[in-house]
Amino acid sequence: MSSFKNIFDLYDWDTLEKEIYRFSSADVQRVLSKDKITLEDFKVLISPAAKPYIEEMGQRSNMLTKKRFGNTIQMYIPMYLSNECQNICTYCGFSLLNKIKRKTLSDKEILKEVAHIKHLGYDHILLVTGEANNTVGVPYLKNAIRLIREHFSNISIEVQPLDQEEYKTLIKEGLFAVLIYQETYHKATYKTHHPKGKKSNFDYRLATPDRLGKAGIHKIGLGALYGLEDWRVDSFYTALHLKYLQKTYWKTKYSISFPRLRPHQGNVEPKVEMTDADLVQLICAYRLLDEDVELSMSTRESENFRNNIINLGITSMSAASKTNPGGYAVDPQSGEQFEISDERSTEEIKRLIQSQGYEVVWKDWDKNISESVKDEFENSRKTTI
Amino acid sequence: MTDALQIADKTFNSRLFTGTGKFSSSKKMQEAITASESELVTVALKRVELNNKSDDILIHLNENHINILPNTSGVRTAKEAIFAAHLAREALETNWVKLEIHPDPKFLLPDPIETLKASEELVKQGFIVMPYIHADPVLCKRLEDVGVQCVMPLGAPIGSNKGMVTKDFLEIIIEQSNVPVIVDAGIGAPSHAACAMEMGADAVLVNTAIAVSQNPIAMGSAFKLAVKAGRMAYNAKLAPLKQYAQASSPLTSFLNE
Repeated sequence: MSSFKNIFDLYDWDTLEKEIYRFSSADVQRVLSKDKITLEDFKVLISPAAKPYIEEMGQRSNMLTKKRFGNTIQMYIPMYLSNECQNICTYCGFSLLNKIKRKTLSDKEILKEVAHIKHLGYDHILLVTGEANNTVGVPYLKNAIRLIREHFSNISIEVQPLDQEEYKTLIKEGLFAVLIYQETYHKATYKTHHPKGKKSNFDYRLATPDRLGKAGIHKIGLGALYGLEDWRVDSFYTALHLKYLQKTYWKTKYSISFPRLRPHQGNVEPKVEMTDADLVQLICAYRLLDEDVELSMSTRESENFRNNIINLGITSMSAASKTNPGGYAVDPQSGEQFEISDERSTEEIKRLIQSQGYEVVWKDWDKNISESVKDEFENSRKTTI
Repeated sequence: MTDALQIADKTFNSRLFTGTGKFSSSKKMQEAITASESELVTVALKRVELNNKSDDILIHLNENHINILPNTSGVRTAKEAIFAAHLAREALETNWVKLEIHPDPKFLLPDPIETLKASEELVKQGFIVMPYIHADPVLCKRLEDVGVQCVMPLGAPIGSNKGMVTKDFLEIIIEQSNVPVIVDAGIGAPSHAACAMEMGADAVLVNTAIAVSQNPIAMGSAFKLAVKAGRMAYNAKLAPLKQYAQASSPLTSFLNE
């Protein structure tokens, strides 16, 4: 059975860190003169030595992104279904011991939120929950997807890791993508930040994209939470994970997100700071490594940063996001996961994107095609029985 | 004598087909297509709201009175492609379909096995099938056998702008084909399009090179001219290539002595 774990175990965090911090200008120039950027080259591009070359990397990232994705930016919006959670994660507002107003949306409330979101123009939606298996387990998610699928062309989830069969169940209902961030690939640091709950199992989380690939998901979103550990090493592991997955589950699409720690209930201070320049360097390095991977930018980032990042390799954005269940219409006061930074309206972001010469894409999938996937699964099941 | 291209029941004066993706706005797309004089434009089903008469892309195409060729981009199997073709037929009232089955979302390379399966079935169901495929001469003949109306082999990986990388195989396909051969994917410059037409391709399909150009309207026009020039050169018969100079002292002149 193929598993990323086998590859992960071949690498040592400290050795990688030393290597990345040792590169010189000459190394960067050598890499930038190449047409094809390898994982080894990626290490050089995320190194401190590459910082002076950020403009050159930006120009190249812009050109490669336009070639592959054209002059378009896709829009999506998160919808939080629940903030109940049995995990303790030091950096998250939903963490078990935080005294926040807990809420899980009912069917009626979900539809009320959906009506609000549809009114804003969105057709791609990301459902988010904490990890509370009794309230928001697979039956709850299945029901939520069924409720909303006639309203959206494309449905993604960002929830607790599930088993392969559970993913299959949700894919049959029309699930398109799953975002699953490792948070950090540093095993000891991971343990410190996830002391309790199912999430404390590092290896189970690490193998989640493998289970998704085997279940036949259309898209997997990867990422690390920046602030927990050295961003350069975490990004190398993310890239390593991406390249492994692309080769192994070649029918699946991939996206990368770059969440930086944001203020939230029960604050934890970032151990390692990631500056705006660092984040730009990283986004460009990912694009130079991989022309086809989707790069996603959320409202965690500031107005000024988001105004300028559109031209540097990003392919999808959210706007006007609420990070609490019912935040759009049902219960604006429920506890949020983190404070967003860019609070501009969807309309403002749309105009911003257009003013930079990009088309805003609301729909890039057809749920009817997903339904045929569903049929196919059912038929193949019948034949195996 | 007219040099129009006939596919199924339609006649095309322009041998340049275009796409709708990657433009900075639907208006830019419309203007570029107008400049290209293309009469057949492919649209990804997944990008349009089929049941919405005010879909931005469709409105702009309808204003141009252009033939819409729905494509099945995003499907991974023959079954999904057939399903998508039916959706398109119902919503867009056309039985034309550009069959794109690429289970691989990274390089978007077509699956020959699923494409052949879907083509056979869709032809039986009365569709005009235009399959996007590798430059594989045997596959082209197999597709012809099941009744597709043309074949659309790739010149290079889609979106790569690398040009006629598969030239040697395209030459065989063109020589052997009884249905129109449309070079699809990889054409990055008007000179590539002219090259395909000089080789005897019946048409080319160009999207990225126009949409992503800094001036899509001028580029649409440049491709129009290149396709015309290439076709004209093909009809005029190119002077043969010579591998070596004509010898001044021929080796066989003694035969005439």
